[in-house]
Amino acid sequence: MKKVNWVVVIAGAAVGLAAVVLTALGNPANMGFCIACFLRDIAGAVGMHSAAKVQYVRPEIIGLVLGAFIMSVATKEFRAKAGSSPATRFVLGGFVVIGALAFLGCPLRMVIRLGGGDANALVGLLGFIIGIVIGVQFLKRGFSLKRAYEVRKAEGGVLPIVMTGLLILLLAVPTLLKFSEEGPGSKHAPLLAALVIALIVGALAQKARLCMVGGIRDAVLFQDFKLLYGFVAIFLVVLVGNLVTGSFHFGFTMQPVAHSNHLWNLLGMVLVGWGSVLLGGCPLRQLILAGEGNGDSAVTVFGMISGAALAHNFGLAGNPDSLNEAKELVVGGISNAGKVAVLLGFVVFAVISVMNLPKEETAAVAAKTH
Amino acid sequence: MVDARGYSCPTPVVMVQREVKKNSPAELEVLVDNQCSVENVTRYGSSCGYQVSVTPEGHDFHMTLKK
Repeated sequence: MKKVNWVVVIAGAAVGLAAVVLTALGNPANMGFCIACFLRDIAGAVGMHSAAKVQYVRPEIIGLVLGAFIMSVATKEFRAKAGSSPATRFVLGGFVVIGALAFLGCPLRMVIRLGGGDANALVGLLGFIIGIVIGVQFLKRGFSLKRAYEVRKAEGGVLPIVMTGLLILLLAVPTLLKFSEEGPGSKHAPLLAALVIALIVGALAQKARLCMVGGIRDAVLFQDFKLLYGFVAIFLVVLVGNLVTGSFHFGFTMQPVAHSNHLWNLLGMVLVGWGSVLLGGCPLRQLILAGEGNGDSAVTVFGMISGAALAHNFGLAGNPDSLNEAKELVVGGISNAGKVAVLLGFVVFAVISVMNLPKEETAAVAAKTH
Repeated sequence: MVDARGYSCPTPVVMVQREVKKNSPAELEVLVDNQCSVENVTRYGSSCGYQVSVTPEGHDFHMTLKK
């Protein structure tokens, strides 16, 4: 029996509880947290896309980054580092979010959806595991985006500073920003509550190194289950919270902000799992790392915001299930453009995975394909 | 010696794992530069039967894994 890491369990439980509370306070159902969706909402709020239903400056993102920043400074873990293939990370971040928005949720929302009874998240989880296993094969062969180097403190502080600026804009001149009047973007917890909760969660996630991809990856790679406890804790707390509040509804169809097109739920999350392994962490972990001074993760976050904007400018994101006028089910899913984008993501990830192997491994792959 | 400074997790642990699987060293020196990697390499080393000691060196950490 492996020793339970209680810091991770407590952090996971806190994330789960925060998700339940944020939903009760007004966030969309099964969306207490969703890093991909919230970055997309921020992209919309600052005019990077014009999908009117998904525009809002989510204080949760600001709080997560600043919470991690404060905790890392307090524990002297803040280290300004950068230079580990930033352009590649930007592209990886973009496609990870395109995959997540095809499924309609990041790995964290996948766990939250599972706890709400959304069976599509089981399909997503299967895809996520497949993607992680693919990514791990490249890690085992020495895949690396090369090392980062110490940089000036200001470089490490870029994302916390950007988030602080966004918070100031939100509080001082909200008229500059766009806010949804209907749809998921219009549903949100009160600003202060969301900010404070996310600050606490960000600090705990930094301390516990919480990562949705890390749990399954480390279990496959090293038989190390530490991070998996956090994953399970989030699920259990959200499940209990939904059962208590009567929000648990098991099934595939008509789940909140979700579609039941199994193939593209699966493939979207394969892309997310694979890309997150190459990046060294899930979208939540990228926010936390950027908060503790990692400039490469800040670039990844900018890539994710850009990917989210592109997803909505080109109609790549998933459409939820709906009912037509005759009250018949219309299964949602993604457009043909969205399907092409996800498949393109696989090609891009395959190229990045092979090109960043040690030379002898790259030569071996080339020999096999000739 | 595995110099994993500048790499973020899980790369330092993968580098240690590759070295352990390739050469099964009785003693292995590992350099990392962040606390997360110290924790992960310690857990991996312990699970492989190594005694792990850590010495801070400026911003870096010098780890020694001994059977």
